[in-house]
Amino acid sequence: MKRRNLIQMGAAATAGLTLAGVPLHLLAAGRKGGTINAVVQPEPPGLMLGITQNGPTQMISGNIYEGLLRYDEKITPLPSLATAWTVNKEGTLYTFKLKPGVTWHDGKPFTSADVVFSADVFLRKTHARLRANLAAVESIRAVDPLTVEFKLKYPFGPFIGIFEVGSMPMIPKHIYEGTDFATNPANATPIGTGPFKFKEWVKGSYIQLVANDKYHVKDVPLVDSVYFHVIPDAASRAAAFESGKVDLVPGGAVEYFDVQRLSKLPGVAVTTKGWEFFAPHSWLWLNNRKAPMDNVKFRQAVMFAIDREAMAKIAWQGFAKPATGPFNSNIKFHSTDVAKYPRNVETAKKLLAESGYKGETLRLLPLPYGETWSRQAEILKQNLAQAGIKVEMTATDVAGWNQRLNDWDYDLAFTYVYQYGDPALGVARNYTTANIAKGSPFNNVEGYSNPKIDELFDAGARETDPEKRKATYLQAQKILLDEVPVAWLLELNFPTLYRTKLNNIISSGIGLNDSLGTASIG
Amino acid sequence: MKRTQFMLTRVLQGLVAILLIATVNFMLVRAAPGDPVSVLAGEAGASDPQFVAQLRAQFGLDQPLSTQLATYVGKVVRLDLGYSYRQQQPVLKLILDRLPATLLLTGSAFALSLLFGITLGALSARRAGTWVDSAITVVALLFYATPLYWLALMAVLVFTVQLEWLPGFGLMTVGSGHTGFALVLDVAKHLVLPALTLALFYMAVYARMTRAAMLEVAQMDFVKTARAKGVRPGRILRAHVLRNALLPVVTLAGIQAGGMIGGAVLTETVFAWPGIGRLMFDALLQRDYSLLLGAFLVTAAMAVLFNLITDLVYTLVDPRIELT
Repeated sequence: MKRRNLIQMGAAATAGLTLAGVPLHLLAAGRKGGTINAVVQPEPPGLMLGITQNGPTQMISGNIYEGLLRYDEKITPLPSLATAWTVNKEGTLYTFKLKPGVTWHDGKPFTSADVVFSADVFLRKTHARLRANLAAVESIRAVDPLTVEFKLKYPFGPFIGIFEVGSMPMIPKHIYEGTDFATNPANATPIGTGPFKFKEWVKGSYIQLVANDKYHVKDVPLVDSVYFHVIPDAASRAAAFESGKVDLVPGGAVEYFDVQRLSKLPGVAVTTKGWEFFAPHSWLWLNNRKAPMDNVKFRQAVMFAIDREAMAKIAWQGFAKPATGPFNSNIKFHSTDVAKYPRNVETAKKLLAESGYKGETLRLLPLPYGETWSRQAEILKQNLAQAGIKVEMTATDVAGWNQRLNDWDYDLAFTYVYQYGDPALGVARNYTTANIAKGSPFNNVEGYSNPKIDELFDAGARETDPEKRKATYLQAQKILLDEVPVAWLLELNFPTLYRTKLNNIISSGIGLNDSLGTASIG
Repeated sequence: MKRTQFMLTRVLQGLVAILLIATVNFMLVRAAPGDPVSVLAGEAGASDPQFVAQLRAQFGLDQPLSTQLATYVGKVVRLDLGYSYRQQQPVLKLILDRLPATLLLTGSAFALSLLFGITLGALSARRAGTWVDSAITVVALLFYATPLYWLALMAVLVFTVQLEWLPGFGLMTVGSGHTGFALVLDVAKHLVLPALTLALFYMAVYARMTRAAMLEVAQMDFVKTARAKGVRPGRILRAHVLRNALLPVVTLAGIQAGGMIGGAVLTETVFAWPGIGRLMFDALLQRDYSLLLGAFLVTAAMAVLFNLITDLVYTLVDPRIELT
């Protein structure tokens, strides 16, 4: 433990050599000014990141708000509003030193009071994911204006990983204290500490942010202004990029066959970096409560029947790779030392016969997120048919998909979920008994329950020694791959499409959801 | 006197119809699976019972359905369209913000389609049987049969991406700071592609309808009489044939006009035009009940209004028609 503290302090101390991740020579080149035109899809419901956490809001508001920490692509913490942090030996007391001289966009100083208010008052009320992440926290205390202490009831292994801007955005206390957070008129004009300030939102058209010239990192941001254009049709977004109206298209905003085509245009590049923290992982929910999905042999048969390579290559045009199990390879403690399920139709048929499956037709609920997912559903239907499993598709829209999963009204259903860097934050929720509850498409929707798994995930969360956690999670992965509560499909590598005149658009493990403060043009 | 009485009756009937529509809409919207809270929770990537319960209470969805309906109808009667919790703005403001863009688009398309449709139809009828007639008929048929969505995308690919003649997205150049005449010109440029695309379908319909009606009227006795009297052919065509042939066109124009508020979802989507059609479509996907109902209500009111206007226009086109 002690050694880890030293390393963390060291990381903070050397942070001066790079400014927010940008090598100094880039900043010295003095490429300042200009406007970045990006696509946002869909138009976000709001920009107040403490209240709304959907994808588009995070992408835009990650420029306005900041968290105490940032994370690189290995999910190692980097300083942000906190410049140094220490953990006691037991892993129950985390002390953060805040950066001095930071101000909110309205000029008021940012202090430890804001941190306590954000984490303990505001977000505990509005942010479901953080509420779960803070379950172990006993108290949050401002020691002095620039020091905050998080005291834990028991050690929580992934705790240092919950401080990025989307998980715990800093909210200005002076604006929200004592108000009704959800209806506060200030939500329309978000105030943060980030490198960009909110300028204008013309609903249905665009959102404009402008440089915060009082930003606490010198010479950041580099560009003057960022526009996020609302273009509701996927084919039109592709055309808008091609015509040069926009220079930056986040993952998923244009269909994957268009990504391949557009990435070959002159002066265009594509990257799959910047999703390491989220580690989008897709699988097929199998409703374990119902026959034949209640039979482990049937579930294994499904695993063997699926042609993941074809899905990755055809539906995702190469922007995905087969998942090996419940852990995405980008998150901590992922292991490949587990049972493997390469495509084998004969094995699938054999298991199917043993399972007693009688050829009943199963309903497949696809994800209503465009052409890519439709194609993936077609491939799956074909794969399962080859093994002898009959499937019919259920038509749905996003609201209907949510509702059916919330109510467990499905046989097979697609999903993809973010894993947030650590199994305790993004994996356990889908397999532990405590998370079997209606009303959320992100908990244990399949209804799998195994006391041993509950015990292992619990132990993994409460352990702080990485070696011990690794052993615990390896055991959990082995059991899950034998029992196959869901059929894992793909690790998604969302491609960011951009013109090469843009530099450094992705500077951390949360990619475009972090700020464009160090991005430049030219 | 007769006219005033007619108007009063029709307005009253219209109001009752609108109120009925509001109630039916309310029930219809609720019949769709899911609600705004499940959508919001789904988008957040995480949720728990507390989060869901909090939002339901805030949106008023924790009340019994009958109470919600009563509240809604009560508000409609007081011309209060409610508040969109998702967008965090009053529904009326959201709709009014989008109304000018939609009216500009659908209004231009309406004018273009009527003007060109009737002109082409008349030309076609006058030159019936010649190559001009055939050409117009074929082109009209083509536009009539082509899906609007495809036409719109092709327009973008050809004129925006390939030729770079016209802008294909949005209402104006964002961040250009244009004012005055430059702004008008900028908006006009952005308007060309969507308005033309939207106009083509109705233009084809009007052209075909005008042609057919004119050819029919041209066979009638009063036209022959006029011809026998020695009236000039151009005048016969305009004053005798065209005017009498316009009634079916007016009927259809009335329908098109009534749908001007909500009828351009596809065009608005492809061209990223910030209008009401898209607002409605998004609200539907997001189960934003109050916004969706508000937009439906405004659309219904417009349809009722334009029906009334159509009836009045009939009497202008053909004075023999009486209002009863």
